[in-house]
Amino acid sequence: MKSNYPEIYLDALDNLWFQVAGTICNLSCKHCFNNSGPLNHAFEFMSLQQCKPYIDEAVEMGVKEFYFTGGEPFANKELLQILEYTLQFGPATVLTNGMLINEKTAQTLNKLSSNSIYTLELRISMDGYTEEMNDNIRGKGVFKKTMNGLKLLYENGFLPIVTITKTWKGFEDDKILNEFIDTLKENGYKRPRLKILPPLKIGREVLRNKGYENYEYVNEEMLQDFDVSQLICSNSRLVTDKGVYVCPILLNSKDANLGNTLKEASKGYELKHQACYTCYLYGAICSNFSSGGGDA
Amino acid sequence: MHRKLALFGGVYSNYLALKEVIKDAQRRKVDEIYCLGDLGAFGPNPNKIFPLLVKNNIKVVQGNYDNSIGNDLEDCQCGYTDPRDNYFAKLSYDYTYNNTSEEFKAWMNELPPEWRLDLGDYSVLLCHGSPRKINEFLWETTTPTHFLEKLCRDYDADIICATHTGIHWSRKLTKNKYFINVGVIGRPENDGNTFVGYTLLEMDNDQINIQYIPVEYNYKQLAEEMRKEKLPEEFIETILTGWWTTCLEVLPGKERIKGKY
Repeated sequence: MKSNYPEIYLDALDNLWFQVAGTICNLSCKHCFNNSGPLNHAFEFMSLQQCKPYIDEAVEMGVKEFYFTGGEPFANKELLQILEYTLQFGPATVLTNGMLINEKTAQTLNKLSSNSIYTLELRISMDGYTEEMNDNIRGKGVFKKTMNGLKLLYENGFLPIVTITKTWKGFEDDKILNEFIDTLKENGYKRPRLKILPPLKIGREVLRNKGYENYEYVNEEMLQDFDVSQLICSNSRLVTDKGVYVCPILLNSKDANLGNTLKEASKGYELKHQACYTCYLYGAICSNFSSGGGDA
Repeated sequence: MHRKLALFGGVYSNYLALKEVIKDAQRRKVDEIYCLGDLGAFGPNPNKIFPLLVKNNIKVVQGNYDNSIGNDLEDCQCGYTDPRDNYFAKLSYDYTYNNTSEEFKAWMNELPPEWRLDLGDYSVLLCHGSPRKINEFLWETTTPTHFLEKLCRDYDADIICATHTGIHWSRKLTKNKYFINVGVIGRPENDGNTFVGYTLLEMDNDQINIQYIPVEYNYKQLAEEMRKEKLPEEFIETILTGWWTTCLEVLPGKERIKGKY
């Protein structure tokens, strides 16, 4: 029997993601969609040896960008070596809370970036422009340490992208973004770049706020005249220590594990999860910026 | 065999720069001039571009802007994701759309999405963003060499030329293939210089030569005309200073840090 869920095919492998820190993190943020934390070993750190074959396979397939996430990537001692290897082939982005970045790490990152023709992007998660607002979600003392990481990166030649999950209610986005910009400038990050993300209503976010409503699904009808290149499953895959998943969001969904190689994982995927609805609504939420606003 | 082509994109209604570029290219005795699309945006009086292109027999590829204007679309399909970028893109698009003649719009609608030509044994593909997508950004620091080589294989080309990003660059690939982002002539390159530039692609006895030619034009006059048309001060500042003030969030970090904002 044919299911009612629309199936999305991998159009081209533009973005290769690595769950490089598994689900291991120095924080346990209240909105974390994949439940990362200090004690969560559902997915483990990945070594350079584990990453290499996937990078090589992706290069064969014509990949454009590499992304590294977790958990906290800088908790993985092999991250810098993995970045060095990756930057020979293409641009790399690390999604981090910035707390573990000290002067020496920032200098090493600068060197890695200078030695490559490709860009190295750092995406730093923050959830408030005040200590209180941020640390309420991310944990005590986090605001100061993240701010310090941002400043060090800026002083070492980076313009990190501050990534903010929209946890506030209402429509005052412009006002709140301006507060973020002012705070960042005051704390030594003079040219902030910002990216806002919608909350994914899975994982710990269900406890902090709420899960999806029953109607929040994607169906065939909704995809009529819709630019499917906005869905990351049409252009991305996620490599973990336990195989290749369809996307970073569905890490904890067993059916999203599509195989052990990128080739195996190039098959289509049915949008059967409610989190797919958020991706559908907002589009290209995981990548730094979309490659375009849709085919003409 | 010797052939010389002038290539540029992103005219952005800058007819003063277009005139100077045509003059410079003709002085260098190019065989043909190609424009890789995006005729409108940022600048004043879009209709001034049309006769210059036609009279000088310039071959034009359709850009996302031209596709939007030509098809009466709601927005420019520039591919921005940031709210401030989109705000300025909308101002610019609405002005351009409302000031473009019906005849020019119809002409834009008919423009081809790509041109193919041969330079000796080299097969050349001219497109706007990339061969696979009209508004794909191919920046120097986010575009892997193996990716470009795959595009050459997939689209059966030895030399791929594109524009769309606003900053020129080129790379020699393996097996004697090339990728060229030819740059734009509508606004400076976010490096504090007020000039614009185009690309000379020359083939001489099977040798490919790629040269970026900076071109000065009367940017103060353009700024005056933009003021008269009540275009945003942010756009005028870019013309007068050479620093981009809007549409910045699509820039990769390495390109962004070279600018002022």
